[in-house]
Amino acid sequence: MPDNKEKYAKLQEVIEARKGERGAVMPCLQEAMNIFGYVPQDVQEMIADGLGVTLSEVYGVSTFYSQFSLKPKGKHVIGVCLGTACYVKGSQKILDTLSEELKIQPGDTTDDGLFTLNATRCLGACGLAPVMMIGEDVFGRLTPEQVPGILDKFRA
Amino acid sequence: MELYRSHVLVCGGTGCSSSGSAKLIERFEEQLKEKGLEKEVKVVRTGCFGLCEAGPVVIVYPEGTFYSRVKVEDVDEIVSEHLLKGRKVQHLVYVDHKTHESSVQKSLNEIGFYKQQERVALRNCGVIDPENIDEYIAFDGYQALAKALTEMTPEQVIQEVLDSGLRGRGGAGFPTGKKWQFARASQAEHKYFVCNADEGDPGAFMDRSLLEGDPHAILEAMAIGGYAIGAEEGWIYVRAEYPIAVKRLEKAIEQAHEYGLLGKNIFGTDFNFDIHIRLGAGAFVCGEETALMASIEGKRGEPRPKPPFPAVKGLFESPTNINNVETLGNIAQIILKGADWFKSIGIPTSTGTKVFALGGKINNTGLVEVPMGIPLRTIIEDIGGGCPNGKKFKAVQTGGPSGGCIPASLLDISVDYDSLTKIGAMMGSGGMIVMDEDNCMVDIARFFLDFTVDESCGKCTPCRVGTRRMLEILERITQGKGEEGDIEKLETLAENIKSSALCGLGQTAPNPVLSTIKYFRDEYEAHIKEKRCPAHHCQALLNYKITDACRGCTACARKCPVNCISGNVKEQHVIDQTKCIKCGTCMATCKFGAIIKE
Repeated sequence: MPDNKEKYAKLQEVIEARKGERGAVMPCLQEAMNIFGYVPQDVQEMIADGLGVTLSEVYGVSTFYSQFSLKPKGKHVIGVCLGTACYVKGSQKILDTLSEELKIQPGDTTDDGLFTLNATRCLGACGLAPVMMIGEDVFGRLTPEQVPGILDKFRA
Repeated sequence: MELYRSHVLVCGGTGCSSSGSAKLIERFEEQLKEKGLEKEVKVVRTGCFGLCEAGPVVIVYPEGTFYSRVKVEDVDEIVSEHLLKGRKVQHLVYVDHKTHESSVQKSLNEIGFYKQQERVALRNCGVIDPENIDEYIAFDGYQALAKALTEMTPEQVIQEVLDSGLRGRGGAGFPTGKKWQFARASQAEHKYFVCNADEGDPGAFMDRSLLEGDPHAILEAMAIGGYAIGAEEGWIYVRAEYPIAVKRLEKAIEQAHEYGLLGKNIFGTDFNFDIHIRLGAGAFVCGEETALMASIEGKRGEPRPKPPFPAVKGLFESPTNINNVETLGNIAQIILKGADWFKSIGIPTSTGTKVFALGGKINNTGLVEVPMGIPLRTIIEDIGGGCPNGKKFKAVQTGGPSGGCIPASLLDISVDYDSLTKIGAMMGSGGMIVMDEDNCMVDIARFFLDFTVDESCGKCTPCRVGTRRMLEILERITQGKGEEGDIEKLETLAENIKSSALCGLGQTAPNPVLSTIKYFRDEYEAHIKEKRCPAHHCQALLNYKITDACRGCTACARKCPVNCISGNVKEQHVIDQTKCIKCGTCMATCKFGAIIKE
């Protein structure tokens, strides 16, 4: 796929630019996440080879941090905040409702590749609790009843 | 600088941005232009005002009128009424829940939420445009750095910080001046000054607001600190989840370079200082200093045993000093106004102010900055405005996953490092989550353990395995499968983990369990012995019942997924408890409020 070729070329540029820099593995993985949406094995191999570190080191880092995903994500990534403020205001019910509506467990992606459902750490918007994010959009002061309607907007 | 007769301050913090403040700014600018006011009124996107509950927030100066929950449709009215005709738009003005005071009559600083606050670290948040270095400079910005570099020796700078009594605001409360002394004493070619902006405690967002609202204050403090300990390189480790903060920091660093306030020969001296940003990638343990340094080095963020302390051997094997964002937020003021001024705020063992993030079941959610030693009750009741909907206050959780729950009986405690530690809670980073009668304390303990188990890096056994065992017991209890002796098992495990885990995360992980057992033992016992959840929260322990308010409309019976509700039309229905899966659908369906849970 020409599209993919471009992505790999872009990653190669990032790696070249960071070669020799101390602690470059994480920034490279972060860029790879931006480019590919996840970090499959061949991407990890590229980073390891490019930076001159072992694949096990890259794999170790990419499995340690929750931001790096080894699986492709859905078109819309839903993050339900399970920080304390949101939790005491009932965000678990929001997550349960989403799980029911989408028929997937937190951490999984729907079969049509449209949604990935995640339970996230505190988003820092505690004043709006309970909060969820879909992509870059923030939805605050949520009730379980609002969930289906919000999802429909992203299905259209 | 151009002069304007009015300033419209629109909060651009995360909370208000999430509720659409960027669109407000656009609309204000459009409207002002249309009315020909763009030369008279300036719109400024500021950092957080603190009162996130009322977001998006707009303040009009010089009057200090505070508009809350402003919608795009409201902008036209504010422009045409307030800014054009000089009449405050009364129905949009924020009114304090408790005192019913509003900024129609009074200025902002005199109403309930702000009256008892004292702003040192947050002084510029919500006041200046964080993306404009000139505004920071106009508010005495970089003067402290100038003073330190040109009038003080590094030792004098450290002495001033030491004398101020400033203690780390990230959680443990270690004296900042001491830390600097240790780092200064280490001899090495390279040293590093690190800012810990990996704010991971759920419910704490003061560091984010400070970075978003006043990024230059952090850069200035790092440069002062670098001068004091003898470092020429600074690192800010910031959560990737804070994109606005990262963007503003990058911009601030760029501007500071342009002005020669970072880089080579700052203020014509031979001091050089530069700052790099490194993004976190979602690991709570990276807030621990040794894990944080490993992460900057690009490795798995696992902590290591101390000693050697970072001041001796830290980042890239060199002596390193690490301070939290809010700690740094105080530095410039201490250098400018002196240690004695700083000590005059707060109490002798905990000087200065502390920023708290109020959240959960409280009317005024948001950020507050108060003098140390203030009674907890003042924060919860006067500033926070108590619990909403007339519910009864049960507890306040401080210190995040490392902290504890403080019951209503201890509300008069003084809020300072030592008093909080004494009762089994802790200052922590300053998250304060309020819980009311509907929150189950066993479930809250379970919630925190769930967090710790997930975030444990897995390096040491007590934390990796021990916290999981504790979680399993707590899960059993909340599911109604608790056994006699579970509380004692939890206590033993907790003590063992506290004394043997490698880092702060593990050592403090049992705190939420211990403090809830200490103050809410009766709730644990009710779960275990009576299979009952006093707060009616734990699903497995609830029984749904239909009362005689039932009209027999059959709505619940039709919705019940397991068909366990029976009864004739227009007669009271009954739930078969043996079949009920406690999903709560019936209760949500009933229009007559006839279904209750016990």
